[in-house]
Amino acid sequence: MIRPVIPLVTAALLFGLGAYGVLRRRNTVLVLMSVELMLNAVNLILVTGDTMREKVTGQVFALFVIVIAAAEVGVGLALVLRLFRLRQDINTDQVALDDEPRGDAPSEEPALAGAAAAAPTPDGEQA
Amino acid sequence: MTLQDVLLAVAGLVAVAGGVAVVTTKQLVRAGLWLVVALGAVAVEFLLLGAEFAAWVQVLIYVGAVVVLLLFAVMLTRAPIGRSSDLDRSVLPAALIGAASGLGLAALFVGVFGQFQVPAPAVGTAERIGDSVFGDWVLPFEVLSILLLAALVGAIVLSRPSAPAPQPDAVAQGNSR
Repeated sequence: MIRPVIPLVTAALLFGLGAYGVLRRRNTVLVLMSVELMLNAVNLILVTGDTMREKVTGQVFALFVIVIAAAEVGVGLALVLRLFRLRQDINTDQVALDDEPRGDAPSEEPALAGAAAAAPTPDGEQA
Repeated sequence: MTLQDVLLAVAGLVAVAGGVAVVTTKQLVRAGLWLVVALGAVAVEFLLLGAEFAAWVQVLIYVGAVVVLLLFAVMLTRAPIGRSSDLDRSVLPAALIGAASGLGLAALFVGVFGQFQVPAPAVGTAERIGDSVFGDWVLPFEVLSILLLAALVGAIVLSRPSAPAPQPDAVAQGNSR
């Protein structure tokens, strides 16, 4: 016999920690990590619900949530990199709501050597 | 308290401790590594709850792919390796909402399922999950594949080096030629 209350309470605490992290953290990557904690708490509740009902629907939904989380983090990190390339900063409190990139910042990121090396090719084709 | 209860409690403690470290550490890279601990402990709980397939998918996708992606983002945004001082906002609203949702949900679960006991699940194979995914849930499964493709294309488009809007230096180069 197992007590389902143990994983359920674990999931509740993980969800609270994730909510705390999303609201507390300024760095966008850390916010994404906290979102992953919240999604994992929901997965734990779904799988625990399976144990109580002798079915696998919860596990199937947990798999769906894992896939959606992977898609979310892929797109989210692409957005973060884009933001960093535009503004040299991923602090969520510093994101200006207008379109103008910072004037003094270089528009191309030197650390992205592969991306910078690939950039001239389309320009050369256009020219 | 059976053996499985004890193991579940230990894995839960590890998961919560890892989660606390993720949201409190001052070092970005360590936050990613603590996330591995928390997600791995949740995978252990999946195993104890008989969800073997979900546990291995969790290890493969979360620990294998998502955390690596997050660490890549830390590296590509040139985050400082040491301690950072400006990672956090003011503590009060976040702590209030986090504690209210976490402890409130925990109290609710303890109140509803406090003395509830279920027989220990048999170790599941992937067969029942496969029957369910490709029987009842085949349409959402296929829609998910389209979603993954859309996310992949979107990520590629977003992270292309040349922006859709003409950049000033690119225009200058075109004029000079």
